[in-house]
Amino acid sequence: MSSTPATTLSPSGSPSPLQGRGLGRGARQNILKFGRTHLAVTFALALVALLFLVALLAPFISPHDPIAVVANDAYLRPLSPGHLLGTDELGRDLLSRALWGARVSLPVAFVAVAVGLFAGGLIGLVSGYWGGIIDLLLMRLIDALLAFPGLILAIAIVAALGPGLRNAMIAIGIVAIPTYARLVRALVLQLKQMEFITATRSLGATAPRLILRHLIPNLLNPIIVQVSLSAGFAILAEATLSFLGLGATVPTPDWGQMINSGATFLANDPWLAIVPGAAISLTVYSFNFLGDSLRDALDPRLRS
Amino acid sequence: MTAYIVRRLALMVPVAFLVTIGVFMLIHLTPGDPALILLGEDRSPQAIAAIHHRLGLDQPLYIQYLVWLGQIVHLDLGRSVTTHQPVTIAIGERLPATFELGAVALIWSLLVAIPLGTIAAVRRGSLADRIATGFTVGGVSIPNFFIGIVLIFVLSVSLRLFPFGGYVPFNQDPYQNLRHIVLPAIALGTAGAAINMRFTRSSMIEVLNLDFIRTARAKGASWQRVVFIHALKNALIPVVTIIGLQVGGIIEGAVVTETVFTWPGVGRLAVESILNRDYTVVQGIVLLAAFSFMFANLLVDLVYGWLDPRISYA
Repeated sequence: MSSTPATTLSPSGSPSPLQGRGLGRGARQNILKFGRTHLAVTFALALVALLFLVALLAPFISPHDPIAVVANDAYLRPLSPGHLLGTDELGRDLLSRALWGARVSLPVAFVAVAVGLFAGGLIGLVSGYWGGIIDLLLMRLIDALLAFPGLILAIAIVAALGPGLRNAMIAIGIVAIPTYARLVRALVLQLKQMEFITATRSLGATAPRLILRHLIPNLLNPIIVQVSLSAGFAILAEATLSFLGLGATVPTPDWGQMINSGATFLANDPWLAIVPGAAISLTVYSFNFLGDSLRDALDPRLRS
Repeated sequence: MTAYIVRRLALMVPVAFLVTIGVFMLIHLTPGDPALILLGEDRSPQAIAAIHHRLGLDQPLYIQYLVWLGQIVHLDLGRSVTTHQPVTIAIGERLPATFELGAVALIWSLLVAIPLGTIAAVRRGSLADRIATGFTVGGVSIPNFFIGIVLIFVLSVSLRLFPFGGYVPFNQDPYQNLRHIVLPAIALGTAGAAINMRFTRSSMIEVLNLDFIRTARAKGASWQRVVFIHALKNALIPVVTIIGLQVGGIIEGAVVTETVFTWPGVGRLAVESILNRDYTVVQGIVLLAAFSFMFANLLVDLVYGWLDPRISYA
């Protein structure tokens, strides 16, 4: 479960259309132009937006209560009246559970990525900006985190904290820390060499001003790409933990957990595992596709 | 080169220490008292204190760490809380099955990745390239347990071509051993195949644009010879890196696949131990996974320089 390295800086350090400095008319036009010229990004963004919409609207668009047990309706096949995708062994509507699954997976991914981005970004920023002994110590800590294969680290943390969705979120977030720390550190080191930073510093800019006004805005492009790729990883990791019985618990409509229980009924009712499996794959694919297409669009070296 | 190896090893020492501290803390973060798990019915304060004393849990934390560190240096990972078997033996018994599965999965991934990656690079932009590229994004997006379940449903439950789980040792019945390994190896190797294909493709594209390829063509070498002899050999250097890391991360991949296919390897032992709250075994497996991953990283760095003499270690 490794994530692909994100994009590199534009040598000119020019602001991208995605850098929000307040959405004035010019910025809006830039975004529209960017969307029109990069159709893959637009398509991927639409997919991801659709997933968020499903998560948000699940209570309104689900035909049934995802955890309501109706014993008489157990094992209904797909396309049964009132149950488009059929029902599970407890008569729960599969379509409703799959839609509600987005409401479990996406927030987990969101929190996990936020943990990784915030903690890792801060470590990378401090390490890259101040360097010296702080950099040496922080980077050894990151090396130690990187010494564990991602899923093993997540499993170990969940084993220590106890199974459950909240702990799965924390574990996946911790696994994401080194990626952001290394990415941000490398970018800051690269930026520090650039003339506009030297010029700003010689004009008397303080460290917080330099970081907030000049470094962070120039880090946004590669970070946006990485956020999208790690969201895909986080959803995959959450599903894996729940599949192993270390994440979401019964009766939460969680995709990984649904595959776990559905696998028991594979011989007669394969859709119980196939529907949530397809949901995970589509979601992870959307985020990976968004990350990849954004990288291609934002990296000046790949633009040709 | 020697100086580089020494420097790399010296850098590894503090990291290895941090790793052992992390793994040690794992057991101490765990909610619940191991004495209570061991004792069962008799939970008198005297009995609990006696267990604490026996396990050294009444000592300060740093003493406990140093004692534990001393033990792991002597390859003593303690005993399983549930089966009382030494952890090294419990892991050792399961390792061959994991290695076997990992090796077959790797062979499968390379058999798919190298030809597909090469074709995609040579015929860039063609339909074959698009299919191959689609496969790479799909391969890393579909969870391997789901691939496993689909394989079981199609090839085992529906077509009855392969057994849906279990393990037969090779020395007992080689044919049955191979029949049992096919599905888990495909499930485990597919994500790796996708990643390896992506690396082969991009590296091949880069190599095909180099001057020596044009020279080889100008010399009159056939296109096939240039691609498969001249270019592929060079293009595979970065692929070796990623394969090395996959070998180092073998336990990670095995966790899920072994659970799906009831394959008696280390990965399944890890999941069983977590669910049984057998933390000494979990600790042992996490430590093993981290150290094998670290050494794989080191080996990859060294092999990389050996394969590509242009890389300087100065």
